[in-house]
Amino acid sequence: MAPKVEIVQRQFGHPEWEEPFVVNMGPQHPSTHGVLRLYLELDGESVVRCDPRIGYLHRGLEKLSENLTYTQAMVLTDRLDYISSAANNVGYCLAVEKLMGLEVPRRARLLRTIVCEMARISSHLLWLATHALDIGAMTVFLYCFRDREWLLDIYEKICGARLTVSYARVGGVRLDFTQEIVDELYRFTEEFPGRITDYETLIDINRIWLKRTKGIAVVPPEKALNMGLTGPSLRGSGIPYDVRKFKPYDAYDEVEFEVPVGKNGDTYDRYRVRMEELRQANRIIRQCLDKLPETEGEPVIAEGAPDLLMPEKKKVPEAAPHPKRGFLIKGAEVPVVPPGEVYVSIEAPKGELGYYIVSDGSGKPWRVRVRAPSFVHISAIPEMIKGHMVADIIAVIGTLDVVLGECDR
Amino acid sequence: MEAILKSALPILILVVEALVLLVVALLHVAYTTYAERKVIGHMQQRIGPNRVGPRGLLQPIADVLKLLTKEDIVPLGADRSLFYLAPLISLVAGATSLSVIPVWDKFVLANVNVGLLVILALSSLSSYGVILSGWASNSRYAFLGGLRASAQVISYEVAMALSLVGVMLMAGSMNLAEIVRAQTATPFKIYAIPQIVGFFVFMVSAIAETNRVPFDLPEAETELVAGYFVEYSGIRFGLFYLAEYFGMVVMSAVAVTCFLGGWAGPFEVPGIPFFWFLVKLYALLFFYIWVRATLPRYRYDQLMGLGWKILIPLSLANILVTGLLKLWV
Repeated sequence: MAPKVEIVQRQFGHPEWEEPFVVNMGPQHPSTHGVLRLYLELDGESVVRCDPRIGYLHRGLEKLSENLTYTQAMVLTDRLDYISSAANNVGYCLAVEKLMGLEVPRRARLLRTIVCEMARISSHLLWLATHALDIGAMTVFLYCFRDREWLLDIYEKICGARLTVSYARVGGVRLDFTQEIVDELYRFTEEFPGRITDYETLIDINRIWLKRTKGIAVVPPEKALNMGLTGPSLRGSGIPYDVRKFKPYDAYDEVEFEVPVGKNGDTYDRYRVRMEELRQANRIIRQCLDKLPETEGEPVIAEGAPDLLMPEKKKVPEAAPHPKRGFLIKGAEVPVVPPGEVYVSIEAPKGELGYYIVSDGSGKPWRVRVRAPSFVHISAIPEMIKGHMVADIIAVIGTLDVVLGECDR
Repeated sequence: MEAILKSALPILILVVEALVLLVVALLHVAYTTYAERKVIGHMQQRIGPNRVGPRGLLQPIADVLKLLTKEDIVPLGADRSLFYLAPLISLVAGATSLSVIPVWDKFVLANVNVGLLVILALSSLSSYGVILSGWASNSRYAFLGGLRASAQVISYEVAMALSLVGVMLMAGSMNLAEIVRAQTATPFKIYAIPQIVGFFVFMVSAIAETNRVPFDLPEAETELVAGYFVEYSGIRFGLFYLAEYFGMVVMSAVAVTCFLGGWAGPFEVPGIPFFWFLVKLYALLFFYIWVRATLPRYRYDQLMGLGWKILIPLSLANILVTGLLKLWV
């Protein structure tokens, strides 16, 4: 535990006021995970004040979606948390489906669950890689990227894209899995638990790793709730809140999995929770794959699902073979969504990701609001960094697993 | 005329010897970077450099050429003279230490009787380069890096010097060649076995002294971007890089000489008197690289705690035990 620093507030003009040693960490910094900027006042190596400044990646995604149809706006959700885009798509589609009252076929629900858990694994792998690299363990980084590459290749086989997948559709998914993908996923789930053990042997009981993570940024359960932490960051403090268990969506009520929780609420516990989640995600994928043959031949998109309408291009391609999954159908009707408002949240890899959509009955959303876990988590940084040192800042940023694309939107 | 030639000849020979040593050492330094990238690459399941030349063997040369042609930027608020001087101090101090290291029985550039002290002095001097560059850059990150470096060097210098005292006591000399000869006369042939504690402390503080993982706090990439040399570019950046690897080579050579029996080996290799010296040197360099691929980084206060609470008491106890044994046995 780092020595506690007594924080004395001396205003400018006070006789004892001294000019603080200010460091602007970021937005160009190798370990602020994107474009987070931290305004730091330091006393030697200890942090006296930490003030996150955000907005460097603001693209106005919420406003942009007001000018697009519901199906078009889904593509924007890829760009929220670009590491787990599949989960974002599913959250948005769930919200729109709830507005429209659509029933998703079981096969599509299973497929969505699989891609969601794949997103969780690839997000957690990236988190582990960068968290370990920030603390100085370089080899873990490349081990994780090797396996994440495999997942991205599977994504590519599923839908053609690696990062911004846009695989889910309002009312289902875009394409069915081929046998090749199922085989590849079986191979992955077979081999992945061994890989997790590999990472753990690299850092799990490493003395330096323990020293750098145990007792760092301790968050007691009540405080974690008050700060609005969700996802693994909350479960590390011992609160077993998981949207997948409390309000199951898609096929999560069909599969068995455990919600790992930590005890002390420090950085090491959050690390353990995420490592355990990797195993559970692998287990969920496996169970869904086993259930897939039961739904062989079912459609993967609901009957009343809206068509995808793309902006007009000069060259009009041929009509797609299937109107529900096609890329452009000229003159297709803009789907009319009944007026109302809806809030749906899912358990994204980073935490609880919520979509609040207000519809005025036209084809375009009147307002879309995203409850992004990273935004909430960044606001917890100053509280968690209190009394720690410069080197712990990056450990805290790492342990909260923030993505600025989601925070700034 | 002849008299002048006669007196100038030893100097000429010395200059040639120094040049040969420097060139060989520079090649070693350059190819240590290559070896590091290759070895770490294979440890991390990648290939490492393989584009320039066969198996990427020309990569170090390409790197130097690139650095030479890059723009040399000096920040506006920097203290220019110190900014220019700092990398040179680091490099010169590192390279000069090589002169007292006995590569084999007949080859010591400067056979001084206080060889160990020279090495310790020069390694402290090289930290001036780090501290001054941190100060002169007029950058917050560099300043923090420089501060960390000064604190780290002061505490680990003590531990390193103390760990070498045991060797001095056993050999009864500070001349490095004498230390090697004294070692080969002992039953174990190397001091690493009777001085195991000293060897351990020396290796740990040598890693800290050369600012390598897990003690690379002054340049901690993920915290201070690059630490003390964050504002450097072009060949000045390259000089710091060179100095770091020179430090590695020198520290490994000192460890070989003081603890692992220098040029002496289990059997003579005909024609290559420095064969065993190089084998041991490469083994230690590999150890450095291996550590880098494996360990995370310490935090500043933990590093200080390790130095003052564990390494220095350990080496003090080592001196006490060695001295008592020497007195009674």
